[in-house]
Amino acid sequence: MYQIVKKRRLNDIETLMEIKAPAVAAKAKAGQFIMFRLDEFGERVPLTIAGYDREKGTVTIIFQHMGRSTKMLAEVAEGDYIADFVGPMGKPTNMEGVNKVMIVGGGVGCAIGYPVAKEMHEKGIEVEMIAGFKNKDLVILEDEMKAATDKLYLMTDDGSYGEKGFVTAKLQEVLESGAKYDAVYAIGPPIMMKFTCATTKPFGVKTIVSLNPIMVDATGMCGGCRVTVGGETKFACVDGPEFDGHQVDFDELMRRNAFYKPDEAKANEHICHLTGGVRRG
Amino acid sequence: MANMSPKKNPMPEQEPLVRNKNFDEVAKGYTKEMAMDEAARCLNCKAKPCVSGCPVNVRIPEFIAQVAEGNFEEAYKIIKSTNSLPAVCGRVCPQENQCEGQCVRGKKEGSEGVGIGRLERFVADWYMENGKDEIVAPKSNGHKVAVIGSGPAGLTCAGDLAKEGYEVTIFETLHTAGGVLVYGIPEFRLPKAIVAREIDNLKAMGVKVETNMVVGRTISVDEIFAQGFEAIFIGSGAGLPQFLHIPGENMLGVYSANEYLTRINLMKAYKEEYDTPIAKSKAVAVVGGGNVAMDAARCAKRLGAEKVYIVYRRSIDELPARAEEVHHAMEEEIDFRLLNNPVEIHGDENGRVCAIECVEMELGEPDASGRRRPIEKVGSNFKLDVDTVIIAIGTSPNPLIKSTTEGLETNKKGCIVADEAGATSRPGVFAGGDAVTGAATVIKAMGAGKTAAASIKEYLANK
Repeated sequence: MYQIVKKRRLNDIETLMEIKAPAVAAKAKAGQFIMFRLDEFGERVPLTIAGYDREKGTVTIIFQHMGRSTKMLAEVAEGDYIADFVGPMGKPTNMEGVNKVMIVGGGVGCAIGYPVAKEMHEKGIEVEMIAGFKNKDLVILEDEMKAATDKLYLMTDDGSYGEKGFVTAKLQEVLESGAKYDAVYAIGPPIMMKFTCATTKPFGVKTIVSLNPIMVDATGMCGGCRVTVGGETKFACVDGPEFDGHQVDFDELMRRNAFYKPDEAKANEHICHLTGGVRRG
Repeated sequence: MANMSPKKNPMPEQEPLVRNKNFDEVAKGYTKEMAMDEAARCLNCKAKPCVSGCPVNVRIPEFIAQVAEGNFEEAYKIIKSTNSLPAVCGRVCPQENQCEGQCVRGKKEGSEGVGIGRLERFVADWYMENGKDEIVAPKSNGHKVAVIGSGPAGLTCAGDLAKEGYEVTIFETLHTAGGVLVYGIPEFRLPKAIVAREIDNLKAMGVKVETNMVVGRTISVDEIFAQGFEAIFIGSGAGLPQFLHIPGENMLGVYSANEYLTRINLMKAYKEEYDTPIAKSKAVAVVGGGNVAMDAARCAKRLGAEKVYIVYRRSIDELPARAEEVHHAMEEEIDFRLLNNPVEIHGDENGRVCAIECVEMELGEPDASGRRRPIEKVGSNFKLDVDTVIIAIGTSPNPLIKSTTEGLETNKKGCIVADEAGATSRPGVFAGGDAVTGAATVIKAMGAGKTAAASIKEYLANK
């Protein structure tokens, strides 16, 4: 059992949790992910690591209450336990040979982009970041991102905070102004990563994306997370989760991610009258 | 007086068209009377070919003699002296190629060997119900040994060492111990309560089981040594699924058998109260002819698929599955499309599987495996309308441990190189089971675990 030692509701749709998992915390690196399982009846769900504290033995996750399992996780109270928390899975972000990077985060993807930014910044890599959110209420980790970057562009879709516009528009503008990066890291919903890659391609900037497909075990056993990269099938869990974005077949990824959506929509009809959250049965 | 019936006592089973709609165990097991009657078929011959046919050398005629006398507790002790998982082996061993295949009673045309597997299962089940001995953890001998993987190889190795006072810790990647016994083999063939019970017994003997420990990620082989373990056994199995590499394999509705079976067996997708999603298939093609293919096909049927095909490129004689599994699958109305090879998976406009295209095959000369090589009949392509395809053409060892352990030699198939004693290229590191051989059987993995346990004892004694 793994204790939730800290829980903070970031906004209507996102929650931060620190989980006591010393073995995972000891090994965690930016870019890797964990698998959690709520209880005996739960699914195994991947979440990218948002931070870790090796001394306290905790791992931080920031997640959007999107699917059935993450909605139920958001209902678990601080101090309570979840059944399983395993990792760190996947390969860490490869930071070798880069001196200046641009990190593009979309929504909750910023929570994953942030530790990458932080680790790079600590290594002395020049880090710029474009962080995009729907609106002011959904902005997360602003201070943290500011501290971990040399330059932060904060964007909202509706202009209620920071600059108005999509991350891709800002990226286009920055690249057109002649800024040069060794790599762009795009982390967010697949559609946002797809368009980020389309934006960088004409400029010939290497673009790394972090993929989060459906998976069961996350050790290479199920093959459910297979993605097509450069015409070859890769397992996101062990070959990734980061890949060369210009090679990824995002349309296939989005189709595969939606495979169980109809079933899940049905399961989510069980809304608890007390908490408003989803519940079992 | 020996029972001279040429055939085994038949196994009581659920009716095929009833059982193909539930996940309860297919075979119900012998009654006491059936077991004693079957045991009387053993001639207690001098040569004991059955024993040498068994990878863990169960003292077969001795335990059968006790069953014939009704001394089931004694029979259990005899089995258990060499086999740590009798309830499992009695259910999943390919007896026809091993003990029973060697039995003199089966030599004559039309006759069958003694039902050794069924008797083993009977004895193990009887003991679970009626056994009185309490397990006592032996006194520690001070030696710490780590076992990576809690499948049949790891459990056997751990059991053999724990019995003699070694302090064993098992590191398991998944959240439940048991390896392929829990994620791979379905409930209707091997109830999970039986596996859990075997693991509880190991714990009672002092074995520690640490789940959620991914060796190669959470902890490395070197870090395990640094924690004070003196020897390590790697029994991490062959968990990496192979795909066909044909067009359409990433369509929605194409599963590896590993994924399909894990969702069902480990994650209980067939039970309403579990969150695990799985395709609600109408028509399913399972590609492959081994036990895993049979398991996947029979699971698909039980989940409500109207039509389930086994698509296999050779003929019925080459099917690698246990004879009993093939027989059961056929009874359950699985449609065998033999000498058919898939060439493409077709999808609809949403990328969902709608058909599998196959080509007919014929058998040519024997190939390197000794089986006749299937050759394509040019132009014989046809389509089967299916909404789900399950690829069950084999697995290979997971590279995670190899890639994070310096000096651990593997061959070009990714299998860990180990000698007959289970020793690898790294001192103190032993390996066995599918991680070494590639995908094989439960009992062979158990044999390897047993051998490695003996080697570890010797290694630590001479250290």
